[in-house]
Amino acid sequence: MVGTIVDEPTQMQSPATVVPPRLEVAEDRRGAGEDFAALPNEIAVRGLDFFYGKEQALFANTIDIKKNRVTAVIGPSGCGKSTHIRAYNRIFNLYRDQKAKGEILFDGANVLSSQTDLLDLRRRIGMIFQKPSPFPMTVFDNVAYGLRQHYRLSRSDLSNRVEDALKRSAIWDEVKHKLGEPGNALSGGQQQRLCIARAIAAEPDVLLMDEPCSAIDPVGTAKIEELILTLKSKYTIVLVTHNMQQAARVSDYTAFFFQGRIVELGPTTKIFSNPAEKQTEEYITGRFG
Amino acid sequence: MSAVADVRVAPPRRRSVARRKATDLVIKGFSWIGAWFGIAVMGFIVYEVVRRGAGALSVAFFTQPTPQDVTSNAGGVANAIVGTIVITGVAALIAIPMGFLGGVYLAELGRNGRIATGVRMIANVVMGVPSIIVGVFAFAIIVKPLHHYSGFAGSVALAFIMLPVMARTTEDILNLVPNELRESGLAMGAPRWRVTLGVVCKAARGGLITGASLAVVRVAGETAPLLFTVLSSPYWMTGLFGPGGFFGGPVANLTKTIYDFSGSPYPQWQELAWGGALVIIVAVLGMNILVRLLFQRGKQW
Amino acid sequence: MIRSVRLGDPIFRVLATACGLALAVAMFGLAGVLVYNSWPAISGLGTSVLTTVAWSPVDHQYGALAALAGTFLSTLVAMVIAVPLALVIALLLVELVHPAVARVVGTAIEMLAAIPSIIFGMVGIFVIVPFIQDKLVPWLMTTPLGSLPGIKPGAQFQGGGLSIFTAGVVLAFMVLPYITAVSRDVLKMVPQVTKEAGYGMGSTTWEVMHKISLRYANSGIVGAVFIGLGRALGETMAVAFLIGSLFTSLPHSLFDPGTSIASLIALTFSEATDKIQVSALIELGLILFLITVVFQILAQAWLRRVQRSTGGRA
Repeated sequence: MVGTIVDEPTQMQSPATVVPPRLEVAEDRRGAGEDFAALPNEIAVRGLDFFYGKEQALFANTIDIKKNRVTAVIGPSGCGKSTHIRAYNRIFNLYRDQKAKGEILFDGANVLSSQTDLLDLRRRIGMIFQKPSPFPMTVFDNVAYGLRQHYRLSRSDLSNRVEDALKRSAIWDEVKHKLGEPGNALSGGQQQRLCIARAIAAEPDVLLMDEPCSAIDPVGTAKIEELILTLKSKYTIVLVTHNMQQAARVSDYTAFFFQGRIVELGPTTKIFSNPAEKQTEEYITGRFG
Repeated sequence: MSAVADVRVAPPRRRSVARRKATDLVIKGFSWIGAWFGIAVMGFIVYEVVRRGAGALSVAFFTQPTPQDVTSNAGGVANAIVGTIVITGVAALIAIPMGFLGGVYLAELGRNGRIATGVRMIANVVMGVPSIIVGVFAFAIIVKPLHHYSGFAGSVALAFIMLPVMARTTEDILNLVPNELRESGLAMGAPRWRVTLGVVCKAARGGLITGASLAVVRVAGETAPLLFTVLSSPYWMTGLFGPGGFFGGPVANLTKTIYDFSGSPYPQWQELAWGGALVIIVAVLGMNILVRLLFQRGKQW
Repeated sequence: MIRSVRLGDPIFRVLATACGLALAVAMFGLAGVLVYNSWPAISGLGTSVLTTVAWSPVDHQYGALAALAGTFLSTLVAMVIAVPLALVIALLLVELVHPAVARVVGTAIEMLAAIPSIIFGMVGIFVIVPFIQDKLVPWLMTTPLGSLPGIKPGAQFQGGGLSIFTAGVVLAFMVLPYITAVSRDVLKMVPQVTKEAGYGMGSTTWEVMHKISLRYANSGIVGAVFIGLGRALGETMAVAFLIGSLFTSLPHSLFDPGTSIASLIALTFSEATDKIQVSALIELGLILFLITVVFQILAQAWLRRVQRSTGGRA
């Protein structure tokens, strides 16, 4: 299931002749055999520009995020990957000098329009951050947060849903006896899975994951990657990652960003074995970034 | 696992978004009102003091002693101002070095040891003791045995108030100095006291001066501790001993004078009181602003 | 040269440690002196000080109840006004305005803290008192609020200008700056990621504030409230000017005149000639001292306890 590196160079060779490692992608990657255009869009971005004050960070981004697929967003640091997905749930609105222009179509409406109900938008598009950020409350209350906020539920219904979310986040067994403990008493990897449980408990359609494993140890990372694979049947996932192997292991489609533009978007298998753009190939083979 | 399957079947009822947004808006409204209110009160107090006190300001105000009876139309608060300066100055002389060294002890020597933790907690507690109790204390240990009021008793009371403030402020400021500075000082072979006083304190100089100034200014405006230690006097302070001297008897001071005059039925005296209040407010706020401006620029490490 | 260097350190340590310990000595000295000087009253009057209402040395009555009641009631009024006000102002400073504006507003409010108590008293007497007496109380009496127990004027009512309520209102603005400043500082320490996670879940600004930020900052704010409370309890000059100085009966209404321990001492100490009276006054001082010390200790203990259980930091 997990991607493996083949053809590792066995001796030092000059950069020009290094054989690029081919990332073998597992067979159930649906990206490979599908008709991209025919798939329904969860989110359709058209001509997205983004500004930090006077500085433009994103240029005419256009991308289709397909329903129930994992779309990975890769690129060197500073290329705008996080900025891009943070436009989807308008979390950038917290900061005065950050502005976005263009269209991000979600459920028929432009997310960037001033008519958008941010509260509902964020109910339907959940976000997992780089640094695990459990709220200062018990494990149970963390997961119940979104439920209590958006819905009217009976106590037993709430309990069931919390348990369900924790199970679907593959953390139930580890915390079922710790529901009353503070969220940050858990280990880093567990905290992140808690945050995932918290996000999915509120019944979102989309999960935005901004480098969710970069602060987590390898064992925790593996668990989260397995989790992503199970989650995609119910949610649409957009995964920003600087780890190409992770993108190869886990995603169906991959978008390569460079300096604020989308250079290439395609099935993960294709991007990592036979990219269309030269820049993509250079990044994949480690020539820069 | 059947619970898991059931749970996803019925979509739950939604809570009203409109109501949540309305609550949010109302609270935000209160925030704005509250902030304006706070500023308004502040501005209002300053405005009133200036309005009522400006009329009292004159050359006479700053040069003549307080009037003893209503017939003498003239009068100022010069002796009171001098008295406050002297009393506060002596208090500072006592409290600043002691408080400074105490703060050095807490930050550099005792650190997290048991004694230091205890001392720190006690300092926090003492800072919360009402200033009038400190006045009672000074009365009991100085005024009562000597059978007379004195400026010195007032200074002791004020010093008592300043001491923990000075110590904790010093500690907080010294804690901001990065450890690298201490280590490099010690690594040069300098003895501990030289590193602490010469290097660390020098680096924290700006903050320490700020802390000391603010502590001094804070007690300069106190009235309660002086009520039964210094009282006040309509005359100039005459030297050190004897009935009009610093150690010998009541000394004129601004806050007690304001207290007495504002309660008097004579409008000229009330005006003097407001004038005195104006002087205090200018001194206190002025020092605060000055110290802020200097401190912002003064961070050099 | 070597000798002086060898001496320098020990001298330094001894001096500094002595000054540090001086703080502790000062505190115990203060407590001891208070106890010693109030002993005649303690042994002479016994518990009657705490059970008698009226303070009337002329009648040889030394009851602290009226003063205690006034102290607590005026402090209560002050906290009820100051704490919510401080929190919403802190919310504004942290979340709602541009940082430059926040600095100016924050500074203005901190300046309130620098204003001496006596000036609050003076401005209060000439401005707030007439307002409450001529405008607020008459208006209040026309509303249903005016007949609630605790507000409805009783036998001691004297217009409501010089009253527990007035003292409480002015006290509120004296403790406001401290609570606001600490709340703001502690709220600023909530990690940005955690707040973003809250907003990302679809919460409004207020929801993030009270479900997440306030919990995170919990212990710091409660500690500040305790300390502000302690200060309000001991405030003297402003209260002395405004509370009405009625030493002899318990208030029936917030708008009745009353007294507080601190203002009672301030107003009557100088004229006290009778030895027992002086000693009784010092006993009052001891009581106030104990109350404030207990509050301080509770504040510190609370801070440590809550810090552990929320899992949030302050």
